[in-house]
Amino acid sequence: MPVLWLVIAILALSAIGYVMGRSRALSSAGGDTRALHSLPSYYGANVGLTILAPAFGVLIVWLLVQPFFIDRSIASQLPDRAVSADTTMDLVMSDVRRVAEGLDVAVSEGAMTAQEARSIRTEFTDVRQRLGEVGVALGSNVSAEVLSAAQRYRSMSRIGNLLMAMAVLGAAIAGFGISLSRTHSEFRARNVVEAGVRLILIGAACIAILTTLGIILSLVFNTIEFFRLYPARDFFFSLTWSPSFGGGSELGIIPLLWGTLYISFIALAVAVPIGLFAAIYLSEYASPRVRSFAKPLLEILAGIPTIVYGLFALLTVGPLLVSVFGDEGVGWMQSGTAVMTAGLVMGVMLIPFVSSLSDDIINAVPQSLRDGSYALGATQSETIRQVILPAALPGIVGAILLAASRAIGETMIVVLGAGAAARLSMNPFDAMTTVTAKIVSQLTGDADFASPEVLVAFALGMTLFIITLGLNVIALAIVRKYREQYE
Amino acid sequence: MTDATAPAAPARGSLKAADERTRKRNAAEKRFRLYGLTAVGIGLILLVTLLSAIVSNGVGAFQQTFISVNVFLDPERLDKQGNRDPADLRKVSTFGYTPLIQNAMLATVADAGVQTPLTKGTDMRPMFSAGAAAQVRNFVLENPDRIGDTVAFRILAASRVDGYLKGRVQREDVARDKNIDAEHLDLTDALVEAGVVEKTFNLAFITGSDASESRAEQAGIGVAMIGSFFMMLVVLGLSLPIGVAASIYLEEFAPKNRFTDLIEVNISNLAAVPSIVFGILGLAVFIQFAHLPQSAPLVGGLVLTLMTLPTIIISTRASLKAVPPSIRDAALGVGASKMQTVFHHVLPLAMPGILTGTIIGLAQALGETAPLLLIGMVGFIASNYPDGLASGFLDPNSAMPAQIYEWAKRADPAYYERAWGGIIILLVFLLTMNFIAILLRRRFERRW
Repeated sequence: MPVLWLVIAILALSAIGYVMGRSRALSSAGGDTRALHSLPSYYGANVGLTILAPAFGVLIVWLLVQPFFIDRSIASQLPDRAVSADTTMDLVMSDVRRVAEGLDVAVSEGAMTAQEARSIRTEFTDVRQRLGEVGVALGSNVSAEVLSAAQRYRSMSRIGNLLMAMAVLGAAIAGFGISLSRTHSEFRARNVVEAGVRLILIGAACIAILTTLGIILSLVFNTIEFFRLYPARDFFFSLTWSPSFGGGSELGIIPLLWGTLYISFIALAVAVPIGLFAAIYLSEYASPRVRSFAKPLLEILAGIPTIVYGLFALLTVGPLLVSVFGDEGVGWMQSGTAVMTAGLVMGVMLIPFVSSLSDDIINAVPQSLRDGSYALGATQSETIRQVILPAALPGIVGAILLAASRAIGETMIVVLGAGAAARLSMNPFDAMTTVTAKIVSQLTGDADFASPEVLVAFALGMTLFIITLGLNVIALAIVRKYREQYE
Repeated sequence: MTDATAPAAPARGSLKAADERTRKRNAAEKRFRLYGLTAVGIGLILLVTLLSAIVSNGVGAFQQTFISVNVFLDPERLDKQGNRDPADLRKVSTFGYTPLIQNAMLATVADAGVQTPLTKGTDMRPMFSAGAAAQVRNFVLENPDRIGDTVAFRILAASRVDGYLKGRVQREDVARDKNIDAEHLDLTDALVEAGVVEKTFNLAFITGSDASESRAEQAGIGVAMIGSFFMMLVVLGLSLPIGVAASIYLEEFAPKNRFTDLIEVNISNLAAVPSIVFGILGLAVFIQFAHLPQSAPLVGGLVLTLMTLPTIIISTRASLKAVPPSIRDAALGVGASKMQTVFHHVLPLAMPGILTGTIIGLAQALGETAPLLLIGMVGFIASNYPDGLASGFLDPNSAMPAQIYEWAKRADPAYYERAWGGIIILLVFLLTMNFIAILLRRRFERRW
């Protein structure tokens, strides 16, 4: 683990730097802290930070760039015959990496000497078998080109790692030298350190942007890749979803969107009335005692992980619905997993979400509106229906949109409760499937990442991301505008 | 002066007896109030239903059926050379042990004086778990000198026998089941009477590892718990410092400009992005791009960190905002720099709120499943305890919610009970964390 040792070395160096910087500053002031510009610890921190920052910067950049560089140069040296018609460059390169890893494992376990790993040839040794002995299973026999590429890969990685260690330690030592030489009583250490800390704080805040960027880039690139393999028109307008990894699959998103919207609709039909009435009761009618007891209890529902709801749908609600609507009852339902099952359970999950959001919004309606209404002789329910609800309506619509976005993005309940068949049907007791459920099923397999059947998951993810983002932006805008109205 | 004569009042009844319209309005009032009460009631009833379904279905997982047998460790079979050489003993696989247990079962049945049509050794096979042979084998490998003795073992009963005693397997189902016959159930009843077969608390469910599809009786959630633990270490170690640093910047230092707005918009949107999208991010960035190991708790932790960051940032900002400006003014007034003000005065005062928010964020992350499916924490049997820190972070492992999902997907209904049991454990963790958060808030929260 060269990287771990490197990190430890940098940390140790910076700890030493802290102590030395501090004592050097003190001695430059003749041991009198009053003669220093800043407190002594700032001089130490300055040296420590000047060691850490460039060294870690170099380390991170190097770790990101080196694999690319090595892949590039190995790939360009691979002869064309190594990449035959039935494979792609990516697959060959992943083979190369795997063999190289296998050789590393073999050397570290003592099954091969380092010399042997560098020099074996497929003509003389069965590499696949030798690697199999140390627990690295290879899918096919190793061709001579792949083996020599793997050996080149190893030697380049080793040189790269050596260079990296030198560069990183060099940066650390340079930082050490420069900062220590600048350390004397007049140096404005506090200002420098505080500027550094500020930069770290900004960096932490930027992680939010980086995350969004990461999401967008990973979705966009793979989606473009997917549309190169599969026509976008078919994806958006085809009415069938039947992926087959053998090829010739039809990947139309419409049945999935239908299932998603149907389930979300049922969920909202359950959650909105119950949640809204609960919020009205708790904020307008309930005594403080009832409120302090019922509100946290309802919010427990929001804190329960979705896997629990998924299991509840699969094992409790599904069989219950079958016993009523199944063959022994009305005969509308074939199996426990259905739109109704997932929708009802998702509705339960969303009740506290709707109720606590609406509760906040109803509470934000100014008391003067209520008082005015009561003064005109309206009853409490008339006030609520004719004054408070209209005033709170935009906010409530925002809350419902947020709940809808939650429902559309929900995964575990539909994976376990809604079934796997993609179909366009009006019957709520049929099994249907959703965008999120299909993302899971297409990405949890061993299929390779170049096939449209896997890449379609990214296009589905992109669709989901855009829909939920749109709903959220609209909802947040509505809620914000509404809040401003009464502030 | 002329007395203004009031216009004649419309004919109204007495105020004491409500008229038609008032009665209607009051009835509407009552109805409306009732709707609200019903809604709250439905919510609470659903909560009770959910919790009671979890408890009633899951409590069985904490009990397991064991059979007490005295196994004769036959030297003829286990050590043909008779030299007690561990290498030779190792050569005898679990198949060599199964007949010994079958014979021990027969002897036990005879000792208990139970009459049964099952008289052959192989007839006893459906009674005990396939894991029993491994249990006896491990004992022999550890104590080679006990070969030739008769040793008392408590072996796991087969999943069907266990299910019969718990009411999961009914006599009607057994007719179609090729794994077990009605005679075995009769024998089970008789052995329960004789005290040979008994149901006891099953610690192995909490500490044990997952088992293969056909050995539901052996499966435990312990390894997945360790996986979750390592994931939470990553989440805590990354999201707390990053979240606090980001909040401090946004709340105390950030100028009002486009860039700050961009960060704010990003944070509020990330908080509402579906968790599955974070799974896609983890798969594409950490596994495809950065070649981090699949199914590793490290990757799971990274994904969950990105997911919990918005939660932690939002709650941290709220508690920083709650520290009154007078504290800052006082610190600045005695000559502290802005940075010293924040780190020496504001941050310590906001700490209880920050910790509360962090614990709640961690609890959310602990129960999250969807992203873990995409980075490959399901679909295999998590049976190895990590043997160190590095392997804990990097070796493939499951996590508690992923393990529950895995069990829910398996065909054998015996695993459903385990899944419910796993949920009880998960909820106990979540409840404890939330309880600690509430306690922290109660104990340290200051009203300014």
